[in-house]
Amino acid sequence: MDFFLNPLGFIREWLLSLLTSIGITGPAGDFALIVLGTVVVGGLGLTLPLALIYIERRLIGRFQDRIGPNRVGPEGIFQTVADAIKLLIKEDITPLGADKFIYNLAPIMAVVSVLTMWAILPFSYNVFGTDLNVGALYFVSVGSLGTLAIMLGGWASNNKYALLGAFRTVAQMVCYEVPMILAILVPVLLASSMSMNAISAAQDQVWFLFSAPVAAFIFFLTSVAETGRAPFDLLEAESEIVAGFNIEYSGMKFGMFFVGEFLHAFTVGALTATLFMGGWTGPFADQYPLLGMLYFSLKAFIAYFVVIWMRATFPRIRIDHMLELNWKFLVPLALGSIVVTMLVDKLYAEFLQALFVEGARAYVRGGLLLLGNLALAAGAMVIATRAARYMRLKEESDKYMPVVEAEHGHDDHGHDDHGHEPHGVVAAAH
Amino acid sequence: MVDNNWIFIGVFLLIAGLFPAAPIIMGSMIFGPKKGNAVKSSTYECGVETVGDTWVQFKMQYYIFTLVFVVFDVGMVFLFPFAIAYQQVSLFAALAVMGFLFIIVGGLAYVWQKGALRWV
Amino acid sequence: MSLDASQFVFLVTALVIVVSALFVVTARNLVHAALWLIATFAGMAVIFVLLNAGFLALVQVVVYIGAISILIIFAIMLTRRVMQDTGPQTNANWYWGAVVAVGVLVAALTMLQLPNALTLGASSLVPGFSSAPLPQPAEFADAAAFNTATLANLGLALSSPDHYLLPLLLVGALLAVAMVGSINIARDDKERE
Repeated sequence: MDFFLNPLGFIREWLLSLLTSIGITGPAGDFALIVLGTVVVGGLGLTLPLALIYIERRLIGRFQDRIGPNRVGPEGIFQTVADAIKLLIKEDITPLGADKFIYNLAPIMAVVSVLTMWAILPFSYNVFGTDLNVGALYFVSVGSLGTLAIMLGGWASNNKYALLGAFRTVAQMVCYEVPMILAILVPVLLASSMSMNAISAAQDQVWFLFSAPVAAFIFFLTSVAETGRAPFDLLEAESEIVAGFNIEYSGMKFGMFFVGEFLHAFTVGALTATLFMGGWTGPFADQYPLLGMLYFSLKAFIAYFVVIWMRATFPRIRIDHMLELNWKFLVPLALGSIVVTMLVDKLYAEFLQALFVEGARAYVRGGLLLLGNLALAAGAMVIATRAARYMRLKEESDKYMPVVEAEHGHDDHGHDDHGHEPHGVVAAAH
Repeated sequence: MVDNNWIFIGVFLLIAGLFPAAPIIMGSMIFGPKKGNAVKSSTYECGVETVGDTWVQFKMQYYIFTLVFVVFDVGMVFLFPFAIAYQQVSLFAALAVMGFLFIIVGGLAYVWQKGALRWV
Repeated sequence: MSLDASQFVFLVTALVIVVSALFVVTARNLVHAALWLIATFAGMAVIFVLLNAGFLALVQVVVYIGAISILIIFAIMLTRRVMQDTGPQTNANWYWGAVVAVGVLVAALTMLQLPNALTLGASSLVPGFSSAPLPQPAEFADAAAFNTATLANLGLALSSPDHYLLPLLLVGALLAVAMVGSINIARDDKERE
């Protein structure tokens, strides 16, 4: 078997022959290979943050017009290693009155919830940990373990800030999970499969980024919110609640929360690449799996770069704004995107598909879906700007002209029929 | 007969637990100093002695948001098998499932209109 | 009787479920009881996997561990002023509860023994479903292919008017009503305008 055509199969056969030569055969050999595979994927996932943290710090430095870490080693590449060693030799302090077992369990769970997502990521069409037939729901479910980990960490620390951070986290993560699940449903609909590999393969001709841009936007935004990074970093909010859920953690336990967060950010990039940017697909990727791995890593890093870019650009969002953005904008928009996708896809399949030649069908379908999504996005923007203007005018009129009311009690019904404001305010609001 | 993919997932969950546990145990048992005292392990709240109980009662709002979340979560789970079979179902079935979505959205609209989605 | 790997995993999981369920009803700290409940839920998910129902296992994790347990923790934090409440969990009537639990177990086991009573075979009690023959594991190359096929079948059955479309819509109505009702109960009176 050629290494370049099936690298994983090649290594697998080689290892199997090796195991047979030392007397391990049959199911035991298969099991040994599974264990080895998990160790390789897990080890890759856990050493990646060493590089990621360095890359992110340098990039954030560039964004903020400074250099970033550049002292330890050439260009500072050993900075993260030095940090890891420092964390390793720190004293491990358990706060007074903490729930010991849960306190120690939480950082492990936080890493496990992110690391296990790597089991289903298809790096190339025949290079992956495992191809679970319910992969798209799998990473949602292990992601919810991360929410639980932060909740437990905050609760077990016996600290008011930690508990406050944990509560904010749950409000945030739990709410943003709804539009995320809805957005995942769209690629599942288009690929008619929940297997991550099949979803990647279904984007061979048209990326779902183009046939479902609204869902891609919602998925990206909500999964960044799930990582709890800026601009959605209310759970740690250094300037408000000191450090949130991880305030009492020190040494390597804090380090594990840190590693989990950075790995999660990159995993968001990898998941976005898989679900919406075609994963490993690309020219000649179905012949040379190594090329597919290259495409996958490139796409994942591009998505990851946008995550860093967002972190460097936007200020922290306020909690009431964040929750209203979720329930009053993202959830209706995600539902709209599902309905539009279902309608356009079904109508196309029923009435239009037969009119086109085989090779053009995927592009016609993608184009129609793109048009539907653009119409939806335009409608959503019109409604959102009108509602926002209405709310702004109302707030200003409340502040400066408290006598004018008659609009109290029923907000969010955006109409243009209230002419109480002075002209200057209206002009400023436009 | 258990799916091989799930065996991988099961083993992965166990191994993934060992990976972060190892550095934590190394740090706290081998490398880190062990000179704890009562002041060091007291609760960190900006240098002030902590006042009252940590576990205070929280806002109702958190509970309400979680309630809405649970309802949505349960509803969305039904859509995944449907989405997989979507290419095989009729236009009528698609419209009917949209009706299912519409009913849940009706619930959301009621909650919204009641003002329960506002953070107060 | 020799034990194969999946039976061994089943036994360990069953033990974990029973022990953690016992801790749920005996733990003195309410939050600890909630955490033991999460362990029980996780064990149930493993049982689903062993039964080749991976989708249900994930639903178990997403809905029960990810949502219901968090709801329970919130409920504890809202109703008790102090979270370290360590009162006993049982009251004077606990043995009645035990009697009912054993009765339900016996009833369930008896029903499982009844031939074809609740199975989805030819003499199904569930109308309409007997017309669609269920896929059998033996027809597929491996467990993964079987799982994928049954999942698509589930989707078809959920959306087909002959099978479970009406129950699906009823579930939707139930969820909407549950949301409306729980919001009305949960909100403070003074919050209402």
